Amino acid sequence: MATKAKSAAKPRLGPKKLIELYRSMLRIRRVEETLTEVFSAGEIPGFLHVCLGQEAAPAAVCSQLKVADYVGTTHRGHGHALAKGVDLKRFMAELLGRSDGFCLGRSGSMHLADASRGVLGANGIVGAGIPIAAGAALAAAKKYPGRVAVAFFGDGATSQGAFYETLNMASLWKLPLILVCENNGWAEFTPQQVHMPGEDVVDKAAPFGVATASVPNDVLQIYQAAGQALKRARAGGGPTLLEVKCDRWHGHYVGDAQKYRGSEAVETAMAEDCLASFEAQLKKDKVLTKAQANKIDKQIQAEIAEALEFARSSPPPQAEALMEGLYV
Amino acid sequence: MSDNAVKEVRYIWAINQALSEEMERDEDVILLGEDVGAPGGAFGASRGLFEVFGPERVMDTPISESAFMGLAAGAAACGLRPVVEIMFMDFMTVCMDAVVNQAAKMRYMFGNQYTLPLVIRTPAGAGLAAGPQHSQSLEAWFAHVPGLKVVMPATPADAKGLLKSAIRDDNPVLVVEHKALHAMKGPIPDGEHLVPIGQAQVLREGDDVTLVSAGRMVHQALKAAEELAGEGLGLEVIDLRSIQPWDKETVFASVAKTHRLVIAQEAVKAFGFGAEVAATVAEEIMDELDAPIGRVGAPFVPVPFGLEGAYLPGSGQIAQAARQAAEGGF
Repeated sequence: MATKAKSAAKPRLGPKKLIELYRSMLRIRRVEETLTEVFSAGEIPGFLHVCLGQEAAPAAVCSQLKVADYVGTTHRGHGHALAKGVDLKRFMAELLGRSDGFCLGRSGSMHLADASRGVLGANGIVGAGIPIAAGAALAAAKKYPGRVAVAFFGDGATSQGAFYETLNMASLWKLPLILVCENNGWAEFTPQQVHMPGEDVVDKAAPFGVATASVPNDVLQIYQAAGQALKRARAGGGPTLLEVKCDRWHGHYVGDAQKYRGSEAVETAMAEDCLASFEAQLKKDKVLTKAQANKIDKQIQAEIAEALEFARSSPPPQAEALMEGLYV
Repeated sequence: MSDNAVKEVRYIWAINQALSEEMERDEDVILLGEDVGAPGGAFGASRGLFEVFGPERVMDTPISESAFMGLAAGAAACGLRPVVEIMFMDFMTVCMDAVVNQAAKMRYMFGNQYTLPLVIRTPAGAGLAAGPQHSQSLEAWFAHVPGLKVVMPATPADAKGLLKSAIRDDNPVLVVEHKALHAMKGPIPDGEHLVPIGQAQVLREGDDVTLVSAGRMVHQALKAAEELAGEGLGLEVIDLRSIQPWDKETVFASVAKTHRLVIAQEAVKAFGFGAEVAATVAEEIMDELDAPIGRVGAPFVPVPFGLEGAYLPGSGQIAQAARQAAEGGF
C-alpha cells in the first residue's frame, strides 16, 4: 500500500454534516458489497471494479460539490457517482445493463455517466478522464464562473502522459480543477514500487506549479484538504492535486484472487478501514449512537434492495434501440 | 455587389473566414491548438483571430495533442464548441484515445446524454515534400469509427461551407484539409455559405464512366476527365466532399447511368474510402456494373520525402483506370 501521509488538519463540522459523511461512506460500502454478491451470482455481465476500502475520498470530496459541479471518474467509479448524488435505482439498472440505466444499458459499470448530476462519465481508459475533466473545468471557467470540475483517478493513471499534460495546461490556464489521486498503491495488478519511483504522487506536480496536498485515508482530513482546494478553484486560484493515501481491498476487479499480493497484505489492507475508524470516532465523540448507526444501515439496505428490485424488473434494451442516438 | 456575387479567395482564407464568422456568430466557439494564437496557425488558418477574439477564445496550447484533445471533448460535452487544430494529420496519432475512445463514443455510450460539438481541423496529404510523418492521408481510420463525421473539402468554397457546417454540428466532425490546396484560389459565394455534410457534388457530367474522389484528388480527376474528353470519353466526376457519411445516393445514381466506376484517393489504396465505396456498389447495385470497378490510390509504403513524384497518384493513373473501366467487361 501507499505510505502514510502526515496527519493534516481536520475541519470543525457539526453533527449533521458528520452523519451525512458517515451515511455517504456506508452507502458506498453497502452498495459495493451488494454489487460484489450480485456480480458473483452472475447477474452483472462483464467486469466489475469496486472501491471497497476507498469510500472516504468520494464522500469527503463530493459532499462539498454542488449538483452542477463536474466529476470525472474511473473504472473504479461507483463511489464517486453515488457520492455525487446519482439516483441509485437508475445506477443499478445501468450496472445490470437495463434500459432504465442512465446510459440506456450501454455503459455498464465502467462507463457510467449521469449528466444531470455532473457525473461526466467513468472511463475504461486509465487516465483518460483527467483531460476530459479539465475540459469541463474550461467550460466552467468560461460559461459558469464558480463552478468546478473534479477528476478522480488512481496512482496507476499518473504514469499516463495525459496526466502531466493536463497538470501543465491546468496550471497555465488556472483551471478550476481538482485532481484527486486515490493512491491505493496499485496499477491494476502491478505494485507501486514497480510502476513508479517514489511513493508520493504529489511530488509529480512539483514542476507544474500546482498546489498540492497529501492526506491519509481519513474522511475528515480529506474533507479539509478538498475544501481548501475547492475554495481555491472557485476563487479562480487554479488547480490542486490532492493525494489520498489509501488501499485497495478487493484486487483489480471482483473475482481477482490477488495471488500476486498474498493474503497477509490483503488482511493488512482490510485492517485499515476508513469507515470503521470514522464510525468509532463518531461514537467516541457521541455524535453517533449504535442505534442510530443501525437505523442508517437499515435505511441504506432497504434503499439498495428497492433499487436492485427496480433494476431487475427494468427491461433489457431492445434491439431496435441499437442504432439510436449515435449522431444528434 | 449583388447577392449572388462571388469572390476569388484562397482555400486557407476560406477557412479563416469560416472560423471568423462562426466565432462572431456564437461566443461558445473557441479555437484550440498549437500556434493558433498570435502566430495565426502554422498554415495561417487563424491569422488575425487572436487580435479580434483574444486569448480567451483563441487558445495556444502546449504540444500536448493527447490532453488538449481530451480537454476539447470534455469542453464540448459541457457547452463549448471547440475547434481544434491538429497541425498535421499525422499528429492525430498522438491523440487517438481522445478522439476514438472518448469524443466519438461519449454520446452513444452515455445513452445520448451529451452532444459533442467538437471540430477537428487537420491538414493532410502529400506534395509538399514534408516527409513520411507530415504527409499522410489517414481519413479512412476515422471514417471507420462510429460517432465521427469526416469531411474532405476540395475547393475554397467547400472548405468554408463544410467547416461552418461542422462548427454548427452537434457531433464530432473531422475536417481534413489538403495542405497542397491551401494556396489554391477559388470562388466563394458572397454572404452566408454553408455546405451540408454528407452531400456529394457532381462537378462534371458524363455518360461513360463515373469517377468518385475527394480532397486534392478531385482536381486530378477533373484533369483526367478533361484529357479523356479529347479521346471521346465522357467522365462524370463526383466530389464526395464527405466520406462519413458519404452520399451513396449521388454515387449510385451516377453508376446507374454510366455502369462503370473508378474511385480515386490519395491515401494508400489498401483499406481506403475507395474500398468502402467499391464494396458498397458491388454489394448493393452489382447488376448496374458493366465492368470491374477501378481503384486508384497510393502504393503501400510511407510517403517518401524524395520520391513523392513516384508515390503520388495523379491524373495519369486515373485516366488509365477510367480507360480500362470504359473498355472492360465481365
